[in-house]
Order: sequence, then C-alpha cells, then structure tokens
Amino acid sequence: MNPVSDFFLILPELILLGAASCLLIFGVFRTTNADPGVTRLAVVFMGVSLVFVLAIAGDEKMIFEGLLITDRFGQFMKALVLVGAILTLVMGHGYREREGLMQFEYPVLIMFASLGMLLMVSANDLMSLYLGLELQSLPLYVIAAFNRDSERSSEAGLKYFVLGALSSGLLLYGCCLVYGFTGSTSFDGISAALSHDNTPSTGVVVGMVFLSAGLAFKVSAVPFHMWTPDVYEGAPTPVTAFFAAAPKVAAVALFLRVLFDPFGTMISHWQQLIIAISIASMLLGAFAAIYQTNIKRLMAYSSIGNIGYAFVGLAAGTEEGIQGVIIYMTIYLMMTIGSFGCILSMRVRGQMLEGIGDLAGLGRTNPLMAIALAAMMFSLAGIPPLAGFFGKLYVFLAAIHVGLYPLAVIGLLTSVVGAFYYFRIIKIMYFDEAKEVFDKPIGREITVVVSLSAVFVLLFFVYPTPVITGAANAAAALFP
Amino acid sequence: MIITGLCFYMFSTVIIASAVMVILSRNPVHSVLFLILAFLNSAGLFVLLGAEFLAMILVIVYVGAVAVLFMFVVMMLNVNFSAMRAGVLQYLPTGGMIGLVLLAELIFVISAWQATPAGLEVLASPTPINVTNTKALGDLLYTKYFYLFQAAGIILLIAMIGAMVLTLRKREGVRRQRVAQQVGRKRQESVEIKKVTPRSGL
Repeated sequence: MNPVSDFFLILPELILLGAASCLLIFGVFRTTNADPGVTRLAVVFMGVSLVFVLAIAGDEKMIFEGLLITDRFGQFMKALVLVGAILTLVMGHGYREREGLMQFEYPVLIMFASLGMLLMVSANDLMSLYLGLELQSLPLYVIAAFNRDSERSSEAGLKYFVLGALSSGLLLYGCCLVYGFTGSTSFDGISAALSHDNTPSTGVVVGMVFLSAGLAFKVSAVPFHMWTPDVYEGAPTPVTAFFAAAPKVAAVALFLRVLFDPFGTMISHWQQLIIAISIASMLLGAFAAIYQTNIKRLMAYSSIGNIGYAFVGLAAGTEEGIQGVIIYMTIYLMMTIGSFGCILSMRVRGQMLEGIGDLAGLGRTNPLMAIALAAMMFSLAGIPPLAGFFGKLYVFLAAIHVGLYPLAVIGLLTSVVGAFYYFRIIKIMYFDEAKEVFDKPIGREITVVVSLSAVFVLLFFVYPTPVITGAANAAAALFP
Repeated sequence: MIITGLCFYMFSTVIIASAVMVILSRNPVHSVLFLILAFLNSAGLFVLLGAEFLAMILVIVYVGAVAVLFMFVVMMLNVNFSAMRAGVLQYLPTGGMIGLVLLAELIFVISAWQATPAGLEVLASPTPINVTNTKALGDLLYTKYFYLFQAAGIILLIAMIGAMVLTLRKREGVRRQRVAQQVGRKRQESVEIKKVTPRSGL
C-alpha cells in the first residue's frame, strides 16, 4: 500500500467526507438558520468533488490493498451520481423552505449518501461493497422520514428501513455463501477462483442469486420493487427526486461491476436471472402505472420500468450492452430530474399538489413549463429524436446483436403501453380545461435545472458524442 | 490442565443453568439478570480458549450495552409477560415440532461436517506466534482493513445524526435552569419597591 497515492486517488471521497463533517459542525454551532448557507456550501463542495472525479486520471488502479478500485467506469458513474445529487439538492431548496423542512442536516445527509454512493461504485471487495451500500442507505432511510410531522413520510422512512434491512440480510447471506465457496472476498480473488472450474458449485450460484436479489432491492427491480411506490409517494418530493436519480445510478453501477467483475465467467447463470428481472420490471412498470392518479407514484412505476429497460442491455452481457446501460442511465437521470423539477413546481396558493389531474390546462397557464414536461414525457416514452429514444435504441440493439429477440420485442411492446400514460399527461396538460393556475414564479433554481435537463433531452441528438464515447470508454474498462 | 477442565465444566454448567433460568423465571428482570450471568460465563469460556479480546468484547458489548438496553426496555415498557405466557400449552405442539426439525437438521449438519485440511492448518495457529490476539487484530484492522474500519465509523456517525434528526424536538415552554442568568440577575430586575399608602392596599 502506498498511502500517498491511495489518498490522492480517493480525493473526491475525502473532500465529501471532510466537507460534510465540517458543515455538520458549522450547522450545530450556528444555532439559527444555518440551512441556506449549508446547502449552498454542500452544492459547492459536491461540485469540487465532481471536478476531482473528472480530473483524476481514470486508469485502473487498486486502492487500500484492493478494497477499492478506480477506473474509467467508476469515474463516469461517479460523475453521474454527483450530477444527480447536486441538481436534486439545488432543485429541492425552494420546496424545503416553503414546507418548513429547513434543517441543515438534510444537505449533510445528502453529502454522506453521495459519499456512500461513490464508495459503492468503486467497491472491489464484498466487504467494501456492503459498507458502501450501508453508508448510502442509512442517510436515505433518514431523509425519507425527514418530514417527521407527516404520517406518510414517517411511514415511508420506516417501510424503506425495514425492507432495506431485509435486503441487506439477503445480500449478506449471498456474500457469506460466495466467500464460503470461493474462499475470497475480493472480486479478483472470486473471479480467479471461479475461472478454475467451468461449472461453478451450487453454493456460488445460490450466493450470486442472493447477492443479486439484495442489489435488485436497491435498484427496485421487480420482484423486489414493493417499497418503491409507497416510499416515493410518502417521502417529501425533493427526497423522492433524489431517490429516483442518484442512488439508482449508483446501484446500477454496482450491479454492473458485481456481475462483470467477480461473476464474469458465470454469465450463462446470471443472464437468465437478469432477463427474468428485466421482463418483469418492464411489464409491471408499463401496466401498473396506468391506474395511477398520483404523479409521484406514477414516476415510481416509471422508474421501475426504466430499470427493466436498462437491464435489457445488462442481459446482453456484452461490452455493447454495458455501454447501452450506461447511456440509458445517463439519459434516465436527466429525464427524471427534469420531470421532478416540474413536479416540484406544482403548487397552488402555496399548497403542493401531486395529482395528475392537477396538471390540467398547464399548456395555457404556463406554456414553458408545459413544454418542458411534455419533452420529458415524450422522451420517457422513447419518441425520436429525443434523448430517451437513443437510450432505448442502444440497449435494444445490444440485445438484438446477441440474439435476445424475445426480450427486445417485449421491451418494444411495453414501451408502447408505457407511452399511453406518458401521453395521457400531455393530453391532460394541453386538452383539459384548467381548474387552477399554478403559482408563479416557480423559483430560479428549478427553472435553471429544468431548462438544463430539457435542453439535454431535446438536443441530445445534435451532439451525443461526449456521452457515447464516455460510455464506450467506461464499458471497455469494465468488460473483462 | 485439570484446572482448565474444571473451569470449563463450571462455566458450561452455569451457562446452561442460567440459560434455563432465563426462560423459566417468572420475573422478566430476573430473566435479564440470568442472561447477563450467561454472557459473563461465556466470556470465561473464551478466555479458556485463548481468545481474550473476544471475551472482553463480549463483556463490554453484551453485558455493558445489550443487556442494559434489555433491562431498560423491560422496566420501562411494563410488558405483561404473564399474559404473553398464557397460551404456552396451546402453542407447545407446533413450537415443539419446529424445535425437533431444527434439532434434526443440526444433528445432520454436525455429523456430516468436516473441516478442510487448510482450515485445520489455520485452526492450529489462530494468531501469529508471540503476538496477543488483540494486537494481531489491531495489526490487521489499522493497516489492511483501515478503509473498512473508517467506513464503519462513518456509518455510525450517520446513525447518530439520523437518530437526532428524527427524534430531537425543541419544545416550547419548557423551563430550564440557566445558572448564568440566575447568578447574573440584578436587584432591579426582581425587586420593586412600591410606596403603599395606608389602608388602600396595592
């Protein structure tokens, strides 16, 4: 171990940790009204961390005796996670101010959660995987219940906590089995042990399935999605936006690394599993969302469906497939943030609204916001030439190239079903009579974030190169 | 050797006896006290095995924290244990069946269990020679597993923040003692001299 270079390589994480600790102390001693300052500083420090993530060369290097790893894949995913965290934190500020949730612990917890996500993305050992996952989950449980005067928020927090603990149990059980049957906790050690024999022992397969189940909980893939709609609905909206953005990307990144790094040789075993999860998620995401009247619940089902689409690329099990997943998650992140930006500005006389029907007539009362939301919905439905189309294109192409035609066909059919409820929102906005007019102005920070993501979604096809080459490099780094 | 053997049987007997008493005693507080006794004697067994660090951790964590927590819960929640025990005979057949199945499984597992040669080698020399196992653990924890140790620390910090965020309430109208304010009080603030004219009252 060379401590100096090790610490240099985890500088982004160290910055987050140091800044979060200092802001915590600052918030405690500054007794009154510390939140606005702490939030601003948190955004600044996460930005600094993002700069360091991008600046530190992305060649593959081991840190702390192989417990952590940095490579181009990790670099790309970490950048995505931080962008998601920063944008959702900025976006939620106005909501928290109005709803009386101005406690400085909120940005601090977001920073700690981001720290956990970064560590999770660079995990290279079952132990660091678990600790990163817990470091990420624990702040999320707390911020889900952040509005403690609201029964639904507390319920969301408790539900998330109990199910999260259950999933951790499954994950640890899987880790134990894998360790027991391969004799190593490090990803390299596991893949070395698995490369000796062509048919891995049943114990390893069972362990791998449990490990995947634990991770599927975190990305809320069917059949481990039960918590998602309730938690998304109950948690305060900025928290929901954060849940749908950053932790999802981080968990998908971890999923990719676990399946391709230690279990790369077992692809024939996990491929069936991923195909099943993917089909179930796409079907449930498409059909269950039809009956929703609450837009946060709708977004929850939409995110379940989106994980299903992303997993189409993962099921392909090729470098192209990984690239597809990374591109999909990048675009998904921007679409989600844009949609939640619009949801956060659904406010009538200071009251937050969550019903889909409340959007009626938005096309006339607030045309700009309606255009942004319509762009997001068209993109989520996968209409060319918006960004969402390209995300789907890459994952489906990857699946077709390895001959997974049924998966691609089911994906296409479910996206047609999904298009129904995305278009319904657009129809309500433009063709229904306005009941009430949303408050204006919607707040500068939301305007900035929504326009950013709208521009990304609308103009992705003009200059997609940075995302696509970045994803290609990342995929090449991960693929064995 | 004889002393070690005697100690082993003494500790084991006390553990089994106190474990039985944990279940049988009518008073829940006594149950918790017997549980603590069982923990202490298990710590003794660990010392006999040469795992002194584990023994101390058992005393500190289980006796010092977990059992005291149990005690708090038992005393503060006022759970009616005799009511909970009322249906014992009713559930006995089902519970007994499950117990038997578990016992059978345990017997099967233990009878089929074999340590691998590599495992036996490790067992023969649990710690590096001439190093106490506290030191051996420390050597690993602060070098090779340094990152994991620190990450676990951060998780505990978050748990602390979370507990405070979710439960700490600043209540209005609570009278607190502020010593500085009391001491720094001036005569003018608290005493007022009024001139009272006779027979008129205040």
